[in-house]
Amino acid sequence: MTAPLPISLHVNGERVEAQVLPRLNLADFLREHLKLTGTHVGCEHGVCGACTVRVDGEIVRSCLTLAVQTQGSCVETIEGLSDSGEITDLQNAFRERNALQCGFCTPGMLIAAQDLLKHEKEPDRAQIREHLSGNYCRCTGYQAIIDAVEETAGMRRERKP
Amino acid sequence: MTSSPETQGPLSALDRPNSYIGKVVPRPNLDRLMQGRGLYVSDLELPRMAHVVFVRSPHAHANIVAVDAGAAKEMPGVIAVVTGEELASVITPWVGVLSHLKGLKSAPQRAIAIGRVCWQGEAVAAVVATSRAAAEDAAEIVSVGYEELEAVTDMRTALDPETPVIHPSLGNNLAFERTLDAGEVDAAFAGSEEIAEAEFIFGRHTGVTLEPRAVVADWNAAETRLTIYQGTQAPHMVQNIAALHLGLEESQVRVVCKDVGGSFGIKVHIYADEMATYALSKLLRRPVKFVADRIESFNTDIHARDHRCRGRIGVTRDGTITAFEIDDLTGIGPYSMYPRTSAIEANQVVNLVGGPYRTKNYRARARVVFQNKNVMCQYRAVGHPIACSVTEGLVDLAASKIGMDPLEIRRRNLIADDAYPCASASGLRFELLSHHTALNKLMAMMDYDALRTEQAALREKNIHRGIGIASFIEVTNPSAAFYGVGGAKISSQDGVAVRLDAQGSVVCQTSITEQGQGSESLTAQIVGSVLGVSMSRVRVILGDTDQTPYGGGTWASRGAGIGGEAALQAAKILRKNILDVAAAILQSSPTELDIADNAVVNADDGAPRIELRELARIVYFRPDTLPPGIQPELMATRHFVPREYPFAFTNGVQASWLEVDTDSGFVKLFKHWVVEDCGTLINPQLVDEQIRGGVVQGLGAALFEKCVYDERGQLTNANMADYLVPMSGEMPDIDVGHVVSPTAESELGAKGAGEAGTAGAAAAVANAVNDALRPFGAVITEIPLTPQLILTSLKRI
Repeated sequence: MTAPLPISLHVNGERVEAQVLPRLNLADFLREHLKLTGTHVGCEHGVCGACTVRVDGEIVRSCLTLAVQTQGSCVETIEGLSDSGEITDLQNAFRERNALQCGFCTPGMLIAAQDLLKHEKEPDRAQIREHLSGNYCRCTGYQAIIDAVEETAGMRRERKP
Repeated sequence: MTSSPETQGPLSALDRPNSYIGKVVPRPNLDRLMQGRGLYVSDLELPRMAHVVFVRSPHAHANIVAVDAGAAKEMPGVIAVVTGEELASVITPWVGVLSHLKGLKSAPQRAIAIGRVCWQGEAVAAVVATSRAAAEDAAEIVSVGYEELEAVTDMRTALDPETPVIHPSLGNNLAFERTLDAGEVDAAFAGSEEIAEAEFIFGRHTGVTLEPRAVVADWNAAETRLTIYQGTQAPHMVQNIAALHLGLEESQVRVVCKDVGGSFGIKVHIYADEMATYALSKLLRRPVKFVADRIESFNTDIHARDHRCRGRIGVTRDGTITAFEIDDLTGIGPYSMYPRTSAIEANQVVNLVGGPYRTKNYRARARVVFQNKNVMCQYRAVGHPIACSVTEGLVDLAASKIGMDPLEIRRRNLIADDAYPCASASGLRFELLSHHTALNKLMAMMDYDALRTEQAALREKNIHRGIGIASFIEVTNPSAAFYGVGGAKISSQDGVAVRLDAQGSVVCQTSITEQGQGSESLTAQIVGSVLGVSMSRVRVILGDTDQTPYGGGTWASRGAGIGGEAALQAAKILRKNILDVAAAILQSSPTELDIADNAVVNADDGAPRIELRELARIVYFRPDTLPPGIQPELMATRHFVPREYPFAFTNGVQASWLEVDTDSGFVKLFKHWVVEDCGTLINPQLVDEQIRGGVVQGLGAALFEKCVYDERGQLTNANMADYLVPMSGEMPDIDVGHVVSPTAESELGAKGAGEAGTAGAAAAVANAVNDALRPFGAVITEIPLTPQLILTSLKRI
């Protein structure tokens, strides 16, 4: 252990100043320091995808990212993406399709799915399955999630030809 | 049948206009979860809350020589380091047996080991600190001296005389044995024209709930009351057990269960580390939080399915199955799990083998042995996947022996749809099943004949695809026969209280619990339908022993069938009470009134008479304006438990279409079909998603999931990178169809659907792989079907 280091970043558009130990990972920083508990911790070794957040527009595993690495960055969590309305249509599709059961994987799943939808306007089911294959879901069997993402892609294409 | 539907109006409670029953309606609690605004136990923080981390044994079997916590206690943030001896002053040990499982034995188990550890991962000390990180730092420097003992790891030699006995006081390593001999088995085999036999081997696997087990225990020394926040499927069971072993009255224990990140049977048990956390809170007089990390999950969450089962089937040339015989062996770890015991899975295997078929000749033996591995216990579809894989594997072997199509042999042997009520060879009582209707529906959904044609054409091109079929039965809606009769204080009845609030909305408290199945939704659908109230005006409260009626919770596919019926009956009483008040206010008669769209209306023409909001205003704030002698009761409570049948059996059939790459040994799943009969469908989408999720857990068992132990009892793949579970990329789309045979035990008619997918998925895949490998003469009766296993069977490696 060494001494805490100061960091300054933006989280969901709000400026955050904090003193953190160098070993603190971003997931624990978000959950324990900022009380943003929508970022979930499932495996703590970068496999399950439940802790997925966006840092400067790219999705990362917050359990494999140190808080100090986000110095000067813009971090977005499920709370921020929900409040901004960016993924409202995707969340609606998840709701209609019952694409979540226990919901523990869902914040990470939504953020990973939104990442695909931003980069690929017309993903087929195989592409959706491939893109989400780093996010565990133990409840749904994935099909409903694939359906919801496919549906959202279609709706977005209709809105923006 | 115990009850017949009472009619209160021209339509039954379920067929009313605007009914939500049978409709796809979104679950009301989803937004909270999708926005990251749920409250899982791992999210919870309380004032003065401390964190516990357990020092766990690296050995499968060892004496604890010494625990030196001196340096750890000096670490920053450390509040206490507690050993098993110290904790024993607060909590008593337990023995996981049930009296109806005759002969089942186990040894006393402690919250933290004293003197000896019996599996890798058993806790030897607890480190409590102001943060989890501080507790982990200190746990690393707790020094434990061990004297390693020989580990019993192979279930096949656990009963050999030269194998050490894990608990000498028990005399041997046999925890439980059950035999069954029904009909005329020897004569039936003697009269068979072909006999097929095989040993079926099942990989030990586990549930891998995405949220690890988590508990916050909060002992309030002033109130002398313990509040347990836990992701559990059975809050009242936890209340009973915690009180029992901490020397408290149940009234001194409150169990609160908010959002739960996956359960699947993993969170229906009482774990030693959870007991230790309750006890630590009492000992330290402050809230203590335990959240398992992923390695702890793999080493301590119950495992399941570690079975080796020899099976034999007799058949005549016309395809008649003459007899089944099995000899099942399973290793359950060093203790029978508490309080549901670890004999249930083997017991279920004995009950369920051959269950879909007509033959009455059935002999079975099951033996359950102790080992120095993690404990095994009930995980989703307890025993069903074993029984289904053995039965359906044997049926396919028999079909192959006589050159009959796998569908045809099933058609000739499945119990006829008009044969009910009847019983299985093992004595299971079936009220009403639909094997043949389900099979016909499956054939149509998958276009069986076209697939066979495609399969044959592809074989010409050296592409090896297979079709696998698996019929199954499923235990749902368990009565007291499951646990209560054996002395476990696990309720088989559930209760629901419904009340009209002062603005005419409905508050509903139910004893079933929610882990994502849709308990909240189905309760609101039923209550809203019966009352004529919009679902958006029904709020469901569950998961709190201070708030809800007493009941079992959600497990064994019981929530909808049992809790749903209690909701239906409670809502009917409230409806009657509302109409009585309305009649008094409107100077009408209750029979002339109905409730629809949140208002009392005329029963005949539907004309609105009084809004429920207005009725509630009068009742709560202007009762002086009601006629004399009227005392409205805008709250009603009802409980329900099935009484006629010990279990509501459901049935179904699954099919798998896949390809085996005979060079790499990889299996590619193309499609999976399920036809299932769970009686009344309250919300078809929720049922379908239970089935799909269940299928994928079964597919995991079929292809990927296995806890790999070495010969010293070390779990070698206790992390998510090495223990493989199904990911979206490998999973097929799953088509689900339904046959509806409601149970007459309840007015609702719903049976359960939680186990069906898991019950038959692995059997369908294994049969499909063997179907694909038929040209090579290879037969594999082991799961998971890894590339290594497949290439070995093809003699490629």
